[in-house]
Amino acid sequence: MIWNKSKECMSRDEMTDLQGKRLHKLVELVYHHVPFYRAKLQAMDITPDDIRTIEDIVRLPFTTKQDLRDNYPFGLQAAAQSEIVRIHASSGTTGNPTIVGYTGRDIEIWKEVAARCLTAYGVTRNDVFSVGYGYGLFTGGLGVHNGVEYVGASVVPASTGNTEKHLRLLRDLKITGIACTPSYALYLAEAMDRAGMTRDDIFLKIGAFGAEPWTENMRREIEERLGLQAYNIYGLSEIMGPGVSYECECKNGSHICEDHFYPEIIDPDTLEPLGRGRTGELVFTTLTKTGMPLLRYRTKDLTSLMDGDCPCGRTSVRMTRIIGRSDDMLIIRGINVFPSQVESVILEMPEFEPRYMLVVDRVGNLDTLQVQVEVRKDYFSDEIGAMLQLKKRLSDKLKSILSISADVKLMEPNSIQRSEGKSVRILDKRQLV
Amino acid sequence: MAMVTKQISIFLENKRGRINDVTKVLAVNGINMEAFCIAETSDFGLMRLIVSEVDKAVEVLRAADFAVIVTDVVSISCPNVPGALSSILERLAEKDIFIEYMYAFSQHETADVIIKPNNLDECVRILEGLGQDNR
Repeated sequence: MIWNKSKECMSRDEMTDLQGKRLHKLVELVYHHVPFYRAKLQAMDITPDDIRTIEDIVRLPFTTKQDLRDNYPFGLQAAAQSEIVRIHASSGTTGNPTIVGYTGRDIEIWKEVAARCLTAYGVTRNDVFSVGYGYGLFTGGLGVHNGVEYVGASVVPASTGNTEKHLRLLRDLKITGIACTPSYALYLAEAMDRAGMTRDDIFLKIGAFGAEPWTENMRREIEERLGLQAYNIYGLSEIMGPGVSYECECKNGSHICEDHFYPEIIDPDTLEPLGRGRTGELVFTTLTKTGMPLLRYRTKDLTSLMDGDCPCGRTSVRMTRIIGRSDDMLIIRGINVFPSQVESVILEMPEFEPRYMLVVDRVGNLDTLQVQVEVRKDYFSDEIGAMLQLKKRLSDKLKSILSISADVKLMEPNSIQRSEGKSVRILDKRQLV
Repeated sequence: MAMVTKQISIFLENKRGRINDVTKVLAVNGINMEAFCIAETSDFGLMRLIVSEVDKAVEVLRAADFAVIVTDVVSISCPNVPGALSSILERLAEKDIFIEYMYAFSQHETADVIIKPNNLDECVRILEGLGQDNR
């Protein structure tokens, strides 16, 4: 099913024309309302009148996560504070979260794109749909929630955490659709086994999974164990949240809502645009956002784009699976974690050497994060209690910065492996096969 | 019968062969271990040792990258008979001395006990008094 045929199945010429017009308006908006962009454009000798068609986009400057950090919290906002109706935040690279303010119109667009995704998966007003993403500053929960309500299905804001209760709701409320991270879906399947339930005890038909990388094998396993059709949903808070792109019934690439989010693929080293089919860094320009519009935002996600009509009838460009990152960001239980966040916490505590190692693993389908850190010689104690207290202080601080709990492992002096040049700080043992 | 002595504590990750790494360093340097115990948690342990040459032991262990801490503890020698330790501990408890940890070894006529009290000086004073009483 298609939520918005006029946009999702628009002819390519019409789409290109619409994108060009919207891009021009966007550049006008940021030129006049965001000093950061005006300065950049002026330095490049570009005025809004120079940007007329979507092809002109390559003349525009890129925006990076660092720019968001430098302009924390509201420096890139184009709308007056009185126009902002909601603020979300995601992890920043040094502990400063990235703040995204949404205008009422942004929230309407977000609802619209989320509804397109859900409709493509087959969700209708007759469904009961459970949202197993975290509600809060993270965009996953509220983003999907609003889309489900907009489609007219009954939304169950289960959020994350209470798995037993979630299972019981799936069964008792005859829930037919669910959105969560793919690893949480597998965790649910395991909890179901433990509770002595089978897929025949629940009524799920549709699953929307995203916020972390996953594979075709995971898709097969989730579909088999939960008895549903599993679809990818992609989004990032800087651009909007879940709803930027989505799979249709063909499950062959995710359709991008390109009337709102214009995609490009670039070479992350040379920043040169790459053609269709080539793998590189995904870049988005928010064509219609008014709260915090962004020009050519570098997502750091590595993927490729594909053109061509899809058998589903949609004409929009599709992105293939995310195959990795061009930076060192880790996605752990759906939450973005930067090694530099851990570093900033460790550097603040004199008890530790500025050396550490992050060990990421997947135990029983749930991601685990271990932070190995060397204690400074002067701070070792002969008291077990004091050492455990030190460990707890670090894990509490990490939890408040990362929003996920990490297992701290205190290490002996000089036990963390050194390497020449760029230090290896991450050991990701997760096998996504 | 009671005296203050230097104890070496070594922080050890829980991994195979790590204790032997300590004993090897001491062995090649000709240092004798007179007593030791190990306290463990789920991911690290503390090895506490009384050795023949404290300064040398600390030097060679640190040179081998071990995290070494030197702590003052109380060493007590008492008769190796039933009730001997109990009468000592009873007196410490009466005087509100809290024992953070202790370990012991006995051989022939005597038992040696290492105590880490919360108040070292007070503990030694009480134990010295106890020695007087017994005389």
